[in-house]
Amino acid sequence: MISDMKPEDIVGDYREAELAFYDGSRRKVLYTELETPYPDGKLIVSTTTPEGVIRQVNRAFVEMSGYSEAELIGAPHNILRHPDMPAAAFKDLWETVLRGEKWQGYVKNLRKDGGYYWVKATVIPNVRGGKVVGYTSVRRKPSRTKVDECAKLYPTLR
Amino acid sequence: MTFLFTVSPDFAPDRLSGWYIFNTWLQKQTDSAIHLEMYNHYQQLHQAIEADKIDLIYANPYDAAMLVRNKGFLPLVKAQGQADEAIVAVHADSPAQDVADLQVNSRVAFTDDPDVRLMGMIMLEPADLDVGNIVPVLADSHVLVAKHLLKGEADAGIILAEAYDNLSGVIRKQLRVLVRSQISVIHHSLMVGPRLQARRGELRQVLLNMAADEKGGGVLAALGFSGWQAVDDEEMEFMIDLMDTLNT
Repeated sequence: MISDMKPEDIVGDYREAELAFYDGSRRKVLYTELETPYPDGKLIVSTTTPEGVIRQVNRAFVEMSGYSEAELIGAPHNILRHPDMPAAAFKDLWETVLRGEKWQGYVKNLRKDGGYYWVKATVIPNVRGGKVVGYTSVRRKPSRTKVDECAKLYPTLR
Repeated sequence: MTFLFTVSPDFAPDRLSGWYIFNTWLQKQTDSAIHLEMYNHYQQLHQAIEADKIDLIYANPYDAAMLVRNKGFLPLVKAQGQADEAIVAVHADSPAQDVADLQVNSRVAFTDDPDVRLMGMIMLEPADLDVGNIVPVLADSHVLVAKHLLKGEADAGIILAEAYDNLSGVIRKQLRVLVRSQISVIHHSLMVGPRLQARRGELRQVLLNMAADEKGGGVLAALGFSGWQAVDDEEMEFMIDLMDTLNT
């Protein structure tokens, strides 16, 4: 479970939405139109348990998400879920990685301050001794053309 | 039995003698016959790996993945505090101020070093460039990548960051870095093959003690390292997973 977003954390005017997650939990999110550009040359890296609970994050993850490392470790990865993202994208992600395959897509992530950032994300299962022990997700700077296409497409899929 | 040791061909040319000195030191410390074989190109190295000739290797991250997954190699150590990074550079007079300014069909120079090329191509993605819409300009060394840029034979070049930093000031002044990777977790590793694995613990201990050894410190300096630090199996698996995610 993750707690609802708090107005005191938000920078600028915001809107509210309630998200329903795959596991049945819900979260109230507050979001703005402020985009944080993806930094050149950096990779955002995280690992999760097989259930999608964050186990490990790198410095770029902390900087871009706006959360502290302590807030992130142990939280479900959907703490970054933006209301503009279609649920179908994450359904596809889970179905793909559960088949043991690599998933790739363009994702709009929600920051703690209500702003957002776009990434090109790749998720792969971590196989140790033939068993999936978790997932690694790597995000890199996306092409603006692809982001613009997804920004138009995603609202039609919700 | 003589073991075969090799080094990923992306080492800086001025470190060549350092690796021979290192091999001599290692033979004395372990009382083993170890032959150092240097390959000039990745193709030769990969043929030797395929033929199961290699017992000990200072491998780049890209090859490390294949060595672990396909050839049963295990990690020993990595150079302390060092990571593999790449830069994308252009001629100082290039109109491109940002990677996004590079156009489809840009001539991009790089070496056959697979992990540097991978990191560089990732940094070109924001410009919608990929292997299918650039004109590759293959160079034998990172210095020659720089020369292609200086001569106007390439619009952009991908260079190992360490190699770029070691270029002469005169050359660097005529180039401009558009982007430098800050990945931090990708690194070369000294790895041991199946024939030497029974001695993995002993080898690792010798290497970890190297900086404190009377002669070892000087040998490390010849390699440009301050010391070795252990790489455990999970760290290596994580790096392989990371390389897998990037290689898409």
